[in-house]
Amino acid sequence: MSSASSSASLVPGRRLAIPALPLRSVGLALLLALAFVGIPLVATDYWYNAILIPFLIMALAGLGLNLTMGYAGQASLGTGAFMAVGAYATYNLLLRLPSLPLPASLALGGLIAGLAGLVVGLPSLRIKGFYLIAPTLAGQFLIEWTFNQVGWFSNYASSSSISAPRLAILGRDLSSPAGRYALTLSSVAVVTAIAWRLVRSQTGRNWRAVRDGETAAAVIGVPVARAKLSAFFAGAAVCGVAGALWAFAYLGTVDARSFDLDRSFQAMFIIIIGGLGSLAGSFIGSAFIVLTPILLTHLSEAVLGAGLDGGQVSNIQRVIFGALIIGFLIKEPNGLVALIGRLWRHLVR
Amino acid sequence: MSDTILELTDVSLTFKGIKAINGLSFAVQRGEICALIGPNGAGKSSLLNILNGVYRAESGTVVFEGERFGRIRPGSAARRGIGRTFQHAALFGPLSVLDNVLAGLARHSRTTLVEHAFGLPRDAAETRRFLQAAEEILAFLDLASYRDRIVSTLPYGIQKRVDLARALAARPKLLLLDEPMAGMNGEEKRAMGGFIEAARDTFGLTVVLIEHDIGVVMSLSDHVVVLDYGRKVGDGPPEAVRNDPVVIAAYLGKPH
Amino acid sequence: MSFFLETLAGGLLAGVMYALVAIGFVLIYKASGVFNYAQGAMVLCAALTFVTLTERDLPFWLAGLVTLAIMVTLAVAVERVVLRPLVNRSQVTLFMATLGLSYVIEGIAQLLMGASVHELDLGIPDLPVALGPIQLSRFDLVAAASAGALVIALSLFFERTRIGVALRAVADDPQAALSIGIRLPILWAAVWAVAGFVALVAGLLWGARQGVQFSLTFVVLKALPVLIIGGFTSIAGAIIGGLIVGAADAIAEIYLGPLLGGSVSTWFAYLLAVAFLLVRPAGLFGERAIKRV
Repeated sequence: MSSASSSASLVPGRRLAIPALPLRSVGLALLLALAFVGIPLVATDYWYNAILIPFLIMALAGLGLNLTMGYAGQASLGTGAFMAVGAYATYNLLLRLPSLPLPASLALGGLIAGLAGLVVGLPSLRIKGFYLIAPTLAGQFLIEWTFNQVGWFSNYASSSSISAPRLAILGRDLSSPAGRYALTLSSVAVVTAIAWRLVRSQTGRNWRAVRDGETAAAVIGVPVARAKLSAFFAGAAVCGVAGALWAFAYLGTVDARSFDLDRSFQAMFIIIIGGLGSLAGSFIGSAFIVLTPILLTHLSEAVLGAGLDGGQVSNIQRVIFGALIIGFLIKEPNGLVALIGRLWRHLVR
Repeated sequence: MSDTILELTDVSLTFKGIKAINGLSFAVQRGEICALIGPNGAGKSSLLNILNGVYRAESGTVVFEGERFGRIRPGSAARRGIGRTFQHAALFGPLSVLDNVLAGLARHSRTTLVEHAFGLPRDAAETRRFLQAAEEILAFLDLASYRDRIVSTLPYGIQKRVDLARALAARPKLLLLDEPMAGMNGEEKRAMGGFIEAARDTFGLTVVLIEHDIGVVMSLSDHVVVLDYGRKVGDGPPEAVRNDPVVIAAYLGKPH
Repeated sequence: MSFFLETLAGGLLAGVMYALVAIGFVLIYKASGVFNYAQGAMVLCAALTFVTLTERDLPFWLAGLVTLAIMVTLAVAVERVVLRPLVNRSQVTLFMATLGLSYVIEGIAQLLMGASVHELDLGIPDLPVALGPIQLSRFDLVAAASAGALVIALSLFFERTRIGVALRAVADDPQAALSIGIRLPILWAAVWAVAGFVALVAGLLWGARQGVQFSLTFVVLKALPVLIIGGFTSIAGAIIGGLIVGAADAIAEIYLGPLLGGSVSTWFAYLLAVAFLLVRPAGLFGERAIKRV
C-alpha cells in the first residue's frame, strides 16, 4: 500500500509507554484521590469556575473527538454540534421527564448526541480523509442552525440562552461551585473509564486499524464501516456529555452560540497539542488550552499594567495558539503527551 | 480426483485505457502452492486485488469454493476466507505486533460495542480466546519475542512475517501472498518458504503467491502461472513451465 | 419570473466572487496539496492593510502596491516556514497547520491594525442598474466583472505559460516533475505569490461590499463547498462551482429560507457539497485517484 495515499494515518498515535503496571495504578489512584478529596479541601470558587470545571469538560470534549479522529482517523469538525445536541437533549429530558434522575438524563443526552454523530458520520462510508470535513461541517452548521431556529428545543424561551434547571442528585443540591465540580469530575471519571476500556478492546483495535490503513484493514477482514460508524457514535456521545456539562455545570445556561465552529476548532487544538490517539493527551491538551489564556492575562497585566484591553489579549492568544499548532504539527506530531513521555523516561533512567 | 478451490475465466481489467489483465483464465487446486510469475507490470498484484475485492474485474468470472463472486468488497472476500499479505507489508505501523495479529482476528469477533465499553463477560471470554489464538500464531511463526514491539520499528524481514501472521490469524482457506520474500537475503527467503509450507500443511491452506526469485518459485510451488502484459503465457507444474520456450522468451530468459 | 431571474443573477454575481476566492485555493492545492484554510485570513489581512493605509491618506495606487508587496511576502513566507517542513504529511495534517496559520495571521493583523469595522470605498457607486426586466446592483456588476476578468486572466496564465505547465506537472506527479528539472521552490513561490495577489483583489471587493471586518475570513467557509463541487484541482471547476454555489445559495435563501423560518445560507452550500461528494467524490472536474495496495 502506498504510504503517500491521502487516507493514510494522520499522525501515529503512540501509546504513552509508562513502565510497570503497579506504578501506573498507584499513580492513577493518587491522581483520583487528589481530584476527589485533595482539591475540594483547598480550591476556591475561582479555581472551580475559571479553571477546574472548564478544564475537565473540555478534556472530555477533546477525548470524544480523539476517539473519532485520533483513534479511528475520521476527521471531524462537528464537535461543537455534538456538544450542543448533548446539552439540548439533557435540557429537554430534565424539563420534560423531571422524574428521571440527573445521571440518567446526562447519559441519555450523551446517547442522543451519539446518534446525531452516527448520522453525521454516515458519509464517511464513502468520503475519505480530508474530504470528511465537509459533511462534518455541514452537520455543525445545520445542527447549530436547528437549535437557533426551532423553538421547541429551547422550550420557546424568548432569549436565545435559557437558564438550566437546578442540579440535584438524590435531593442533594449541586449548584454550588464545589457541587458542580463534583458532578463534572464524577461524570468525566466514569466516561473516561468507559473510553479507556473501549480503546483497548477489539473495537479500539479496529478503529486504529482503519486509521493506519483502511484498505489493508478491509482486506484482512476488519469491519471498516462498523468501525467508522461506531467511532462517530462513541466520540459524539462523549462530546454530548461534555456539552451537557458545559451548559449545566459551567455556563448555567443552554446556548447554541457556545457550541459554534470555534468550539469544534478548540477541541481539535486540544487533541493536536495534547496528543492524537491518546486519552491522557486530551487532558493535557485541555489543561494547556484552559491555562494559557489565564497565564497570558496575568502575564500581560504584570508586564504592561492593566493597559492591555481584552481584545488585544485575545489577539495575542490567537497568535500564540496558532503558532503552537503549527509548531506541534511540525516538531511533535504526537503532542505534549509524547513530549512528557520522553521526559519521564529520561528522568526514570 | 482434482479439487478446484479457485477458478478464473476470461478475467480482464483496464486502468485508464491500459489493459492490466487481458482475458486471463486459470484454476487453483485445493492445498497447492500456486506461484504467479512475470515481469513487473504483468498484472500480478492487480490480479490479487481482484481476488480481494479491492478492484473489480470488467469482464470474466471468478469462482471461489464453487461460488461465483461478482461485485465483491474487500470485507466479504475476507469473510469468505480469502487472506492476504501485501507487497509493502501494509501493517498498522503504530500498533504492536500483537495488536496487528489481533486485528487480523476481527472478522471472527461476535461481541458488540456495548460489551466492549463495559467489559462484559462475553467480551472478556472473547478477548481471552483471541489472545490465545494470536499467541499461537506468533509462536508458530517464531515471533513470540516480538509480541509487544511497535511494528514500524521492526526490520523489514520481520514485518513481512508479521504480515503473514496477521493474515494467518484469520484462518483463511485461500491465502494470497504478494511478494512475501521481497528484499530478503537467501537465508531469510528459505526461512519464509519454510513458514509458508508449514502454514499450508498445518492449516490446510491453499496459497497463491507472487514471487520474482525463480529458484524459490521452483522449489516452493506445485503450480506456476506465468503472466506477461496481462496475458497468460504459461501454466503448469514448475518443471514444465521452466522448459516452455514461450515462457523462456517472455520472462525466464531475461535477466532482471 | 423577473424576481426569480433577479435572485438568480444576484446569486451568479456573488458566485463570480466565490470563484475568485476559490481560484486562490485551487492554485495552492495544485502546488502544495493543501486546502489552505488561511486564505480567508489572508483576504482579511489584505483588506485591512489596504484600508489602514488609505486611512493614513496614502493614494489608492500606492496603498495597493504596498499591500501587494506585503501579501506576496507573507504568502511566500508561509510556504517557506509552514508548509515546506510538512511536505509528504497527510492532507488533514496540512489542513490543521493552515488552520493554525489563520489564527496567527488574524491575530497579528488585528493586533497591528485593530479589530474595528472599516468602510472601504472603491469609488463604485452602489446604484441599481436596469438590465431588461431585472435590476442589479451596479457595484455587484462591476465587482463581478473585475473578478471575472481576473479569473479569465489567471486561467489563461496557468493554461499558456511555462509556470502553468510546470504547475500541472507538479500536481500530477511531484517526483516526476522534479526529475525533469522543474524547480519546485520557484514554482511554489510563484504560486503562493499569485495567491497573495488573489487574496488582495478578493479582500478589496468583499471588503467594499460588506465592510472590512473579521467576518471577511468566513469566505473560506464558502470556498470549501465551491471546491468540493468543482474539484480541488481545476480552475474551470472553481468557476463553475462558484457559480453553482452562488446561485443555489441565493435561490435557497429566498425560497427555502422563509419556509424554514430563517437564513439557510450557513449550511445549504454544504449539504449541496456533500450530495456532490457522495455522487462524484472527485468533484465535477477533479481526477479520481486509483487505489493502490
